Amino acid sequence: MSKSTGIGASVKRVEDYRFLTGRGRYTDDMTRPGQCHAYIVRSPHAHARILSIDTAATLAAPGVLTVLTGADMVADNIGSLPCGWLIHSRDGTPMKEPKHLPIAADKVRHVGDQVAVVIAETLQQAKDAAELLDIDYEELPAVVSPGSVETAGTAVHDEAPDNVCYDWIWGDKDKTDAAFAQAAHVTTLDLVNTRLVPNAMEPRAAVGEYDPGMDEYTLTTTSQNPQLIRLLLCGFTMGLPEHKVRVVAPDVGGGFGSKIYHYAEEVIVVYAARRLKRPVKWTAERSESFLSDAHGRDHLTHVELAMDPDGLFLGMRVKTTANMGAYLSTFSSCIPTILYATLLSGQYKTPAIHAEVKAVFTNTVPVDAYRGAGRPEACYLIERIVDVAARELGIDRAELRRRNFIPPEMMPYDTPVGLQYDSGNFARNLEDALALIDYDGFPARRAESATRGKRRGIGFASYIEACGIAPSNVAGALGARAGLYDSAEVRFHPTGSVSVMVGVHSHGQGHETTFAQIVSERLGVPMEKIEIVHGDSAKTPFGMGTYGSRSLAVGGMAMMKAIDKVIAKSKKIAAHLLEASAEDIEQDGGVFRVAGTDRSVDIAAIAGAAYVPHNYPLDELEPGLDEQAFYDPKNFTFPNGTQICEVEVDPETGVVKIVRFAAVDDFGRVINPMIVEGQVHGGLVQGIGQALLEHAIYDEDSGQLLTGSFMDYAMPRADDVPDFEVKTNEVLCTTNALGVKGCGEAGTIGGAACVMNAVCDALDIGHMDMPASPERVWRVLRDSRPAMAAE
Amino acid sequence: MYTFSYQKPSSVADAVATLTGDDDAKVVAGGMTLIPTLKQRLAQPSALVDLGSVPGLTGIRRDGDALVIGAMTTHATVAADATVRSALPALAALAGGIGDPAVRHRGTCGGSVANADPAADYPAAVVGLGGTVITDRREIAGDDFFTGLFETALEPGEIITALRFPIPKRAGYAKFRNPASRYAVVGVMVAETAAGIRVAVTGAGASVFRVAAMEQALGGTFSPAALDGIRIEADDLNTDLHASAEYRAHLVTVMARRAVEAAS
Repeated sequence: MSKSTGIGASVKRVEDYRFLTGRGRYTDDMTRPGQCHAYIVRSPHAHARILSIDTAATLAAPGVLTVLTGADMVADNIGSLPCGWLIHSRDGTPMKEPKHLPIAADKVRHVGDQVAVVIAETLQQAKDAAELLDIDYEELPAVVSPGSVETAGTAVHDEAPDNVCYDWIWGDKDKTDAAFAQAAHVTTLDLVNTRLVPNAMEPRAAVGEYDPGMDEYTLTTTSQNPQLIRLLLCGFTMGLPEHKVRVVAPDVGGGFGSKIYHYAEEVIVVYAARRLKRPVKWTAERSESFLSDAHGRDHLTHVELAMDPDGLFLGMRVKTTANMGAYLSTFSSCIPTILYATLLSGQYKTPAIHAEVKAVFTNTVPVDAYRGAGRPEACYLIERIVDVAARELGIDRAELRRRNFIPPEMMPYDTPVGLQYDSGNFARNLEDALALIDYDGFPARRAESATRGKRRGIGFASYIEACGIAPSNVAGALGARAGLYDSAEVRFHPTGSVSVMVGVHSHGQGHETTFAQIVSERLGVPMEKIEIVHGDSAKTPFGMGTYGSRSLAVGGMAMMKAIDKVIAKSKKIAAHLLEASAEDIEQDGGVFRVAGTDRSVDIAAIAGAAYVPHNYPLDELEPGLDEQAFYDPKNFTFPNGTQICEVEVDPETGVVKIVRFAAVDDFGRVINPMIVEGQVHGGLVQGIGQALLEHAIYDEDSGQLLTGSFMDYAMPRADDVPDFEVKTNEVLCTTNALGVKGCGEAGTIGGAACVMNAVCDALDIGHMDMPASPERVWRVLRDSRPAMAAE
Repeated sequence: MYTFSYQKPSSVADAVATLTGDDDAKVVAGGMTLIPTLKQRLAQPSALVDLGSVPGLTGIRRDGDALVIGAMTTHATVAADATVRSALPALAALAGGIGDPAVRHRGTCGGSVANADPAADYPAAVVGLGGTVITDRREIAGDDFFTGLFETALEPGEIITALRFPIPKRAGYAKFRNPASRYAVVGVMVAETAAGIRVAVTGAGASVFRVAAMEQALGGTFSPAALDGIRIEADDLNTDLHASAEYRAHLVTVMARRAVEAAS
């Protein structure tokens, strides 16, 4: 029977009451006394020099309090938005790191770049006044296509005349060349990993406050990591002491990576609040989000796979051009490098791999981590070329994967790209997924589809990802400019309830439930007596926030350490209360017992004694039951699994419909199966979105974003996706005590590859680029089947 | 949004009077196109004349061999209405496929027709079913109503009060949805009416149009196969991110066949 509480139980989400009844509190819900409104004037040009800004008419308009320009911020020593990861080029030089001012001071570098900020009593007044701004631009040619930046004839930044940010290599080139030299067969593939717009449901927003009496600042912002934002705000952009700055990320409606970064608007509202001595609010409109939230993916890749006569992988070469956009967003530089090339081994024992990654600047919105961040890009190229290789070799695609999987007995396994996988049973995931989808029945289903004039295809993705980047010292050696630990404080209250303050942040993940389940099981406290506090730098210890499926594997482990400290102290108190030796105390949830006896005391009584220490070993123990811990992981964790989907293509229209989808995942220990299943569904939908629907398209000449609204940018909807059949195979992670690996990104890692493999199978082609949208599919069919088009 | 005055007349005559005195005033019905346009500051009307409180503009009734639908009747109402579903199921299906539930519960048939968006569904119904647009002052045949891209035969200040659709022997509507907006990339209404076969195409061109060759072919045999080999010229069709003119031309034939298959 399934558990009803604790670890492994599908406990209903405690946060859902407030969300489902409209009582969530989001940044835009905050209205402060005296609050005024910022409207950001954004560049209509992709690339232009700002010759002059005449603010006179704007300043004279009703309700206007001030107009801010880049020059104001430069004069006040407001700093550049920093990049958190330093990558070195193959020649040893550091990446080009041009300034990224919160408001452009000399040039605008993408459509949507901040040019000026109008602050007024009402948003309406700010918008009206903004139309009176007289900005004189000198338009410059735009660099748009990442494939031809070096010959674009214009530079996004003077510091990078060829528009190259870095030219980085990874892996053993000589060994890889040697592998190719002895290959019986080489498969090659050129592919595009499309640019995506994250589109969290809640647009970004920020409220800046300044208390001149105390010289204190508060920033309320839509962030996945408020402590990190405080660090960057204090250490880089605003230059403030941390004890004077509080950053709060209240309820946040989804992030998918796009709310990790330190954005210009956060600096703008804090800076403006200080200047005006009034709270300043900014909330993005959706069309503004398209032009100012960091985008995702955008790679051009050439990949080659060398094999022996039996299809065993001998070596792989990858050459990727990664579009950084106009500026380096907070973690942009590590996405196509550290989070990408290190995953190129996938689930396979490919002995030699070499990658070359060129990161380039273009006059487009900056690109940074988007759900999966580098790992979906790695998975996409690996799983695509494995399918193409199987097609060329005439080997069943499941069989080719089986032959090359790293077997469980080789764990821990050192990949040729720098990672050590601790655990996983890749073959079992594949076999279970084949059973779930009824692989043997596929030919009959394909034949049945054909009777209805439809072309059916099946596709696989056997993915692996790396979560919870760690340890900090290794990350530091690879260029990280921040630590990658996390923290928690467990405060056991005098009358038996518990507050846990965590450094990670929940913006849809359900931490308030899953983290409480762990506390409940470990300390024997019922769920309703536990609260998980997150998102406020004034309340929580310093933590790095939530991204990269790290919350449980890193933040959860910090909480476990703090819980262990509470238990250790409780044992000493119990020993005192039970007149026994601490070594003889056994703990089972909330009960502390003298081993082999019926003498016990529960944790509520222990807490009572700790806070009212009348009968208490005061000379040996401090009063109170409040413990804090930091945790720096020993290694990444490696969630893995196999996804299989079946599509039906309507050859008359080119419409692709996903008709079956099975996913078998190894997330290590599962805390809440219901929440995990929801995470898999959401991730898969975003993978499907990239494969079939989503595509951020820029005009090649003007640099205008052509898909700047939901009228043209196709988000997946409920009727675009099938029912998912999902299953988890728990292979416990060996590098953390919880045995957890992380589940937040998994669906997205393999989703796009899985769908595109099925589409290519249905079309009987080697490759087509994403998205497999109707006209593109129709053209593929028409061009490969001239007879059909003439029907 | 720019500032505008908001008028809520209690009769069609009052609404017409307000519009007649002010060239920059705009009628708002469901507002599904107008409100987003205002929010993006792409329009600056002096006044919005909201028809929401005008009595007599909603409801569906059978009038002999025709259905008369009040201009302020929402798409959701049309889609769910028992009379429409039994007498003109193709129209119920068309209304039920517009936008999303929020749009269908606010958007109105009169608003859609007056706006004459080239990718809207209702123009295919008005022309394809041989419908009539009834206004405060006259009746306009569907064939004469749509005059171009977002252009209609309506005079300044003229308000649509109802649409009348003769009940066909059978009709079918097939739509190829824009995956992002869910507007019609191509939508084809095929109807066998007392006056003959009608085939009307929306989404493909600047405005809804009929396809004489298809009407002729279906007049011979009302079957999908009758359309085999009939191709539409791509020259005047729309091209956008989602569909080229060439693809739209192809889809017109495919959707016309499917509309015939669906006809009931």
